[in-house]
Amino acid sequence: MTTMNEFLSVLVDILSQPAILVAAIALIGLLAQRKNLSEIMKGAIKTFVGFIVIASGAGILEQGLSPFGAMFQEAFNVSGVVPNNEAIVALALNEYGTNTALIMFFGMIVNVLIARFTRYKYIFLTGHHTLYMACMLAVIMAVAGFDTIPLIAAGAVALGIIMTLSPAILQPFMRQLTGNDNVALGHFSAVGYAISGLTGKLFKKSKEHSTENIDFPKGLGFLRDSTVSIALTMIVMYIIVALFAGSTFIEAELSDGTNYLVFSLMKGGSFAAGVFIILSGVRLVLAEIIPAFKGISTKIVPNAKPALDVPIIYTYAPNAVLIGFFSSFIGGIFSMGIMFVLGTTIILPGVVPHFFTGAAAGVLGNATGGIKGSVAGSFVNGIIISFLPIFLLPVLGELGFANTTFSDADFGVSGIFFGTLANYAGPIAIVISLIVILGLMLIPFGKKKEATKNV
Amino acid sequence: MKFLAVCGSGLGTSFMVEMNIQQILQEIGVTGVEVSHSDLSSATPGDADVFFLAKDIAEGGAHLGEVIVLDNIIDMDELRDKVTKVVKEKNLI
Repeated sequence: MTTMNEFLSVLVDILSQPAILVAAIALIGLLAQRKNLSEIMKGAIKTFVGFIVIASGAGILEQGLSPFGAMFQEAFNVSGVVPNNEAIVALALNEYGTNTALIMFFGMIVNVLIARFTRYKYIFLTGHHTLYMACMLAVIMAVAGFDTIPLIAAGAVALGIIMTLSPAILQPFMRQLTGNDNVALGHFSAVGYAISGLTGKLFKKSKEHSTENIDFPKGLGFLRDSTVSIALTMIVMYIIVALFAGSTFIEAELSDGTNYLVFSLMKGGSFAAGVFIILSGVRLVLAEIIPAFKGISTKIVPNAKPALDVPIIYTYAPNAVLIGFFSSFIGGIFSMGIMFVLGTTIILPGVVPHFFTGAAAGVLGNATGGIKGSVAGSFVNGIIISFLPIFLLPVLGELGFANTTFSDADFGVSGIFFGTLANYAGPIAIVISLIVILGLMLIPFGKKKEATKNV
Repeated sequence: MKFLAVCGSGLGTSFMVEMNIQQILQEIGVTGVEVSHSDLSSATPGDADVFFLAKDIAEGGAHLGEVIVLDNIIDMDELRDKVTKVVKEKNLI
């Protein structure tokens, strides 16, 4: 009897280590694909190490981020938040790692099942966004009052639904952009993109004036390099806030006497270094899991539409990429001004979310409304991704007080949706909503007539 | 022989291109090529023999050496043509 108990407690210890858990998931995937022994060993161990790399990156990132919050508070007397998915996920994984790994694993299974049995044939293949969404759901379901198996079940069903609906709402715009129905967009900012596409429709008379007809300087390609753009924005924001907070406060309270501007420069760099390490870890973790998912899902769902990462649409309108980034960023600065006036928490415009989501909003806005649609659509996208985090923060529990949060629109929308339900009626409201949504998705022929209309 | 797919953050797009290259290599029966993916900052010329980049970051990756630029990263036919051309040049088939 005691040996049995010992065995169980070791098992619980193993499964509560997220690094071991994701390695086990990778192992299952590799075995299912009948890989040879050396590939299995390599894959499982890399996944294991990858998770530990993410946790180490979180430590460096936190050192780079925490003085920023204190300086911002001193300078402006309100709290400032820099939305960055990698940062918040790495911080959250310390406590929610096991649940995140399990929600991700079962959520991918739910995604395949939905694609198999409903008319939504989307397989969401952007692995890092799946991981980040699993992490946010692990936090929200815990704050809502779920735990253990119900938490994982609710999180996984929610994740599977979001992985299907996010590409689905964008598909009418994707058909218009790509001219076919074979590929979907798998990026959790679809709400922002769809609204950009709709905004573009307001200008459909000027659709012929495409962004691609103008000569546009292309010298901003370096911003696509995420290390460069993260370091650059964090340093600029740090230095501006440092100038407002003043040298006396920083050198006495935070920097231990080091010159306040040098301190800011180093901390901005540390933040970028932390994100760099976390990204390497994420890459290691996903390297085996996503190909297995892709292989298995294409076998089970014959006519699946792969939902792929956002840069796949950038080549359709390279000028709109830059126009969209600028316009979205200006939308972010505009929103920041409104937040100052209203006295809420300040959401600072990060270059990374505005670049990646603004660019996509620009491309889709251009597809529906030309230059005017591109500018207006991505400006609206910038406002959306600035204001959503304000309402997301309260449903994230303790993590709402970190100086960073989830950046892209779908995180905001789904987080606020489930968090608000839980606030009004507790976990049962979430369970009912998941059942209702799944029920609606199972109806074979709904109002999806646009499918034939837009082609 | 090593191929490296590169994109801005080294997470989604380059990973997809990597999986597609692997699929193509399997289809045309080439073995012994290691394929992996990376972000633009980390990639250095010594990392691989051939680099695959999307058109929009081609400028930023010009220093890498033998660079294959993909006009449309979801076009399997284009990728198949370009991969086949490279493996022929390298005498792998």
